[in-house]
Amino acid sequence: MPLLELRDVRRAFRSPDGEDQLILDVPSFEVEGGQQVAIAGTSGSGKTTFLNIIAGLLAPTSGEVVWDGDVVSGMGEAKRDAWRARELGYVFQTFNLLGGYTALENVTLGMMFGPGPDRAFATSLLERLGLADRLRHRPAQLSIGQQQRVALARALANRPRLVLADEPTGNLDPRFALEALGLLRELCREQGAALICVSHDPRVLDDFGDALDFAVLNRAMAEEPQGS
Amino acid sequence: MRSLLFIVARSLRQHLLSTIITVISAGLASGLVMSVFTVSEQSRTAFTGGDIGYDAVLGAKGSQLQLVLNTVFHLETSPGNIPWSLYQEVKGRGDVRYAIPYALGDNLYGYRIVGTTREIFDVFEFQNGEKFRFQGDGQPFDEGFQEAVLGSVVAEKLGLKRGDTFRPYHGLQYMPGSAPHQELYKITGVLEPTNTANDGVIWIPIEGIFRMDGHKLAGGTEEVERGAAIPDEWKEVSAVMLKYSSPIRGKFMQDEIRRGDSATLAWPIASVLGTFFLKIGWITKVLVYVAYLVVVVAGFGLLASIYNTMNERRREFAILRALGARKQTVFSAIVLEASAIALLGSLLGYLIYGGILFGSAMIIREQTGVVLDVTSVHPSLLWTPLGMVVVGALAGVIPAIKAYSTDVARTLA
Repeated sequence: MPLLELRDVRRAFRSPDGEDQLILDVPSFEVEGGQQVAIAGTSGSGKTTFLNIIAGLLAPTSGEVVWDGDVVSGMGEAKRDAWRARELGYVFQTFNLLGGYTALENVTLGMMFGPGPDRAFATSLLERLGLADRLRHRPAQLSIGQQQRVALARALANRPRLVLADEPTGNLDPRFALEALGLLRELCREQGAALICVSHDPRVLDDFGDALDFAVLNRAMAEEPQGS
Repeated sequence: MRSLLFIVARSLRQHLLSTIITVISAGLASGLVMSVFTVSEQSRTAFTGGDIGYDAVLGAKGSQLQLVLNTVFHLETSPGNIPWSLYQEVKGRGDVRYAIPYALGDNLYGYRIVGTTREIFDVFEFQNGEKFRFQGDGQPFDEGFQEAVLGSVVAEKLGLKRGDTFRPYHGLQYMPGSAPHQELYKITGVLEPTNTANDGVIWIPIEGIFRMDGHKLAGGTEEVERGAAIPDEWKEVSAVMLKYSSPIRGKFMQDEIRRGDSATLAWPIASVLGTFFLKIGWITKVLVYVAYLVVVVAGFGLLASIYNTMNERRREFAILRALGARKQTVFSAIVLEASAIALLGSLLGYLIYGGILFGSAMIIREQTGVVLDVTSVHPSLLWTPLGMVVVGALAGVIPAIKAYSTDVARTLA
């Protein structure tokens, strides 16, 4: 049984002129436990919508997201929130760190909604990512690369079974982009977590070697180009 | 719960300035409500508590309240004088334990000088069972000399002590620049504090009032010559403080006095003051309404303060939701944050309440000599903070609904 499976997942949005526009149409998509998948897609191709539906942040208009045999879209909201906190890590393109929290607090905060705060593990993760002397710094006091690493630590803090990475190197200096990606992949491997990484950065895609083309995955793109 | 407290604590820290301002606003509201209730209740109790050591005041025809304010609290002017013969008459009654004359006309820098007899120190009870006591080796005045006994506040404020002398000023109000009387009074003692209006009084022999340079007797027609005896029919007193063998005797005397046309008997004193407080009860009501209004304003201020941060915090809530926070967690965090601000405000309110209470107590003591019991606990000290927290929680509901309905995917896009 795959860890994650998408079955005929479609998502439409209502346009300003009142018409429903199909943004996402994925007939089938599967990820096995521990598998690392890269998806290549251009900006505005619906990749973020795709990840948000997997994360349960957005409900599909039709179809099913199945997690380890359970239909995610069929879960109640509270159960889905708990599932997300426990099973998923999400690395956002803009990191989405909380400005009022220190690096360590940003990492432990996510743990509170999952298995519970584990400062020692959060600290070890940040140390592993080279932020031992930045634990009490707030995001504004960190470089972009350091913020990215805090975001990686947060995504991995709950030992999730799947990590979603949305353009994880999009905001990084090219020098650090591959380093960050390497760390993400390495930590996922160590924790046995599957990884879905969507990107349009050729260096990222080359690093994976066998990236899926989102234009092929998402049939809606074949019909009409849409914004995400 | 731990995550909730963590989120709330961080949010309060992150919006520190707005938190502080809102806490102060809630504190002022809370402190004001507690102060209004406590000070009004304490004032009423202090003024009408019935712990006065005598039963009635006999004075000129007029208002009972004015008589009581004049003699018990040494406020207001005297409604007039009654003849010495009336004082002698009531003094001689079998149902009167003591009758002490009270004559006015002079002051020392605004502190009232009262002419009376030595009975004020020997038998008079300013509170039930409590007689005046002297500080150190102070003594009562000798009725045949120009001597004075000072209340503790007078001595403290004017820096006077036993052995010092002073010249009285005419009238009950001190007029700067006015010339004092020629008579020089020697202080024979200072009384221990009584925490009553008596602490702000200077007691001298009643003859001193009659003989004070420029004082007219017999209805303002006669002036006593130095060394000459004063005919009783010239003498007048402002009031007589009466203690009966049984307090109910006041009822009989009141009926007798009412049948006459020259005097008023204020009896029972507590009832006279109670009527007064009933009459001015609307002031307390207005103050209470104003205090409630301040609470409502503070509640709206709290709402506005949190609501104004909602746009910047919407992304924060979306991130929390993406990390697995439930909608209810986000909702509760906002309501809890508003409640926490109100609670902090209430704690600050206790300090503000303490400040207002001590300030009011000092002013009331300065003005009237009456001491409020600042240690007494009014129920408002409990329900005001609780009410403030409820107001805070309610103020948090609208922003919380906004946070609750945050579209996570769209906000994070």
